[in-house]
Amino acid sequence: MADLSINFAGIKAPNPFWLASGPPTNSGYQVMKAFDAGWGGAIWKTMGIPIINVSSRYGAVNYRDTRMAGFSNIELISDRPLKDNLNEFEEVKKHFPNHALIASLMVQSRKEWHQIVTDVQNAGADGLELNFGCPHGMCERGMGSAVGQEPEVLQTVTSWVMEAAKIPVIVKLTPNISDITEPAQAARRGGANAISLINTIQSLIGVDIDHFVTFPVVGTQSTHGGYCGPAVKPIALNMVKNCAKHPGVQLPISGIGGIENWRDAVEFILVGASSLQVCTSVMHYGFGIIRELKSGLECYMDEKGFKTIDEMVGKALPNITAWEHLNLEYKIVASISDEKCIGCQLCYIACEDGAHQAIELSADIQNRTPKINEGNCVGCNLCSLVCPVEGCITMIRKDDGSKTVTWHERTEAQNIPTTFDDTLAGGLAHHVPHPTEALKRRK
Amino acid sequence: MEKINFLLSMAEFNIPKTEEGFCRNFGQIKPLMNTTEAFYESSRCLFCYDAPCVKACPASIDIPLFIRQIHTNNIFGAAKTIYESNYLGNACGKVCPTEVLCEGVCVFKKQKIKSLEIGRLQTFATTTAIVHNKKLFAVSENKRAKVAVIGAGPAGIACACELRLHGYLVDIYEEKAQPSGLLIHGVAPYKIENLEITTEINYLQSIFGFTVHYNWPIKTKTDLQKLEKTYSAIFLGIGLGNTRSLNIRGEDLKNCIGATEFIEHLKLNRLTTGVGKKVVVLGGGNTAMDAASDAARMGAEAVILAYRGNKAEMKAYHFEYELAKNVGVKAIFNAIPLAITGNGQVSGVKFQKTQTQNGKLQPVAGSEFSIDCDMVIKATGQKKQSDFLKLIDNLKLDDLGRIVTQAENGQTTNPKYFAGGDARNGGTEVVNAAAEGKLAAKGIVDFLKEM
Repeated sequence: MADLSINFAGIKAPNPFWLASGPPTNSGYQVMKAFDAGWGGAIWKTMGIPIINVSSRYGAVNYRDTRMAGFSNIELISDRPLKDNLNEFEEVKKHFPNHALIASLMVQSRKEWHQIVTDVQNAGADGLELNFGCPHGMCERGMGSAVGQEPEVLQTVTSWVMEAAKIPVIVKLTPNISDITEPAQAARRGGANAISLINTIQSLIGVDIDHFVTFPVVGTQSTHGGYCGPAVKPIALNMVKNCAKHPGVQLPISGIGGIENWRDAVEFILVGASSLQVCTSVMHYGFGIIRELKSGLECYMDEKGFKTIDEMVGKALPNITAWEHLNLEYKIVASISDEKCIGCQLCYIACEDGAHQAIELSADIQNRTPKINEGNCVGCNLCSLVCPVEGCITMIRKDDGSKTVTWHERTEAQNIPTTFDDTLAGGLAHHVPHPTEALKRRK
Repeated sequence: MEKINFLLSMAEFNIPKTEEGFCRNFGQIKPLMNTTEAFYESSRCLFCYDAPCVKACPASIDIPLFIRQIHTNNIFGAAKTIYESNYLGNACGKVCPTEVLCEGVCVFKKQKIKSLEIGRLQTFATTTAIVHNKKLFAVSENKRAKVAVIGAGPAGIACACELRLHGYLVDIYEEKAQPSGLLIHGVAPYKIENLEITTEINYLQSIFGFTVHYNWPIKTKTDLQKLEKTYSAIFLGIGLGNTRSLNIRGEDLKNCIGATEFIEHLKLNRLTTGVGKKVVVLGGGNTAMDAASDAARMGAEAVILAYRGNKAEMKAYHFEYELAKNVGVKAIFNAIPLAITGNGQVSGVKFQKTQTQNGKLQPVAGSEFSIDCDMVIKATGQKKQSDFLKLIDNLKLDDLGRIVTQAENGQTTNPKYFAGGDARNGGTEVVNAAAEGKLAAKGIVDFLKEM
């Protein structure tokens, strides 16, 4: 059986699933309930000088019948007195001594940092997470992402914390920056023990088209929020990978951003995360999702023969490279299963209007199964992505694997197109219909 | 002679004594969706390219488009998409045999996934437009030419809407007191309620402004001559007549009734429609299934459907047969009625068994049997209105008594007359009638332009 327990930068937990700092960790009641349900750790909702919130606070992107594919909030850090938070913090720690209980912090001055670090350590925190990520409300006051966006400031504030910290310190990074590895390296230079990413992405979640205001609406007005939920996972994965591969970072990474099921969790681990933080999906479904997360991860590890989380961390990283090192000789084409095809012809119209006109319809209108024109198929995958039937369109390898040539190698060999009408153009042999053919088609 | 007795079991339906009880017995098989249901159902549509559902729709409604419009909360847009192709969009969503049309060809079925509930989505969108009295169309400025429409059934109504859209004044002459022809008078009440039908017709009338003259039969040569004088073109949407006679003994007995007449009575008089304790329905078409279901829902203790051929030869759609079976109707096959027996009142039906030989149905000698019953419903097809149609000069009918028209514009062999609906096609669905009425209106518009 797989062992889910972790030691993340010195913070031990029975499993890698932690609640991210946010509404689900607003109180001891919630955290205690989560630990009881099976969560391995929790990052307490960010503590500092208590704030005052507005109503409403959240907005969502619904994709077709799926609620909250993306989620945005304009809620700030904890609005509760520090004393209340810390009392409850101690209470939770007493009941769950082996779970990871981490304090998320956000204050301004060196003095305040020293004070609050000392206070939460006294309350029994297993680690600290510095909130340098919040992109709304707090950053205007010089905190949150205002720190995360300035590597030098981030480094300085981190070093203040390190002066008082006796427990591991995690720096939480904002994605609202062009190169995530810069603040990640600054965290390392400031002495941090780990990083966590991503915090929310600055966003307008949507516009109320009846009242000409964006969501979430406060009276008649709104403001930008922080975007998260399943929709941000691809952005988070890329940033985690960038930090994991960067030689100047080399810190344990706690992965955050759209984790909802065990597959998401495995993906984050494979690109370099060694603990995982979840918030939006708990806000959607409650703490109970931990059963599916743990069971899925366990089954996967057993299936693949992984004994510990550590064995999995970063497994996909060696296979992620720069575009110029990809094999230009690797060729796949689509293949449609006659047996499985239901005749929706979504692949046809996607390829026809959105790609390379490599799918043809049968002349017999009774036969709705499209055919691949292999000569035109560039192996882009689009048809297989739009196909609604499991396993109906597969991509078949066509090259024999004997040749490998990359753009990088071709550049070195001076074998690349260099002029506008170069005969080395990759699409030269591709058949494209004459533009006027478009007007002759059946309406 | 062999006598077959059907054991009387406790009937599933009690005889409805109150309006509430009637509604319970005739619960809608395609009830109106609520907003949430429509939202989730519409989310499932794949938006197929060159979608099979559109091709299967006699009115060629752009189904994937209106479903997408529902899903994006552009409900009025969805209603417009529907009404642009079918003026009876609301009723058709409920009464169309979607199981064998649009929903029957939904690509999901190939992976054993439930088809989209297209009919119910269609009714959802159009009901929303109707409830909000949304004026989806603006009629053109009035033109001088006037058109007469005979019959306010689906074909006539659709024809009138399209003509009004182009600005032609339309007078509809309707023999009965209510519009919509068989919709109100002949479609089983568990498929659609009369109020729903009249609400849609009123809505259409408020948009298009055609005039309906109720209780105004056009029956004689003189009637026709008057119309010919006053109107530039005439549309024949007269449908079919009463139930055809079987030409067997006992058809005149009390409690022997035609299916069309039985359903009409039920639709108009509801609770006061009497059914026997034991009802025999003769026929194997969709009207037979409706009549049998209706009899069962009215509290008949046993309903026996007798069809002369075998099950495979039965014309009713499979799902219609299933609907009848589900309310307790029992079917017997290869039984041809020889006589309806009784003394003043029906007491039974005498049958002979049949078998198919060389593709022809043959009676089996010596196989007579009888079934006791106290009511017989004949669902053996409706008569053509040939006698009336013969009054129109140069109007050609085909061998089956159907009005011959040009396929592309519904024009008859008398250029002033156009036709559509059951009188033209011999009796099909409401949606076919609506499509043909609309097609003929386009033909009339072209005809009037040339004049």
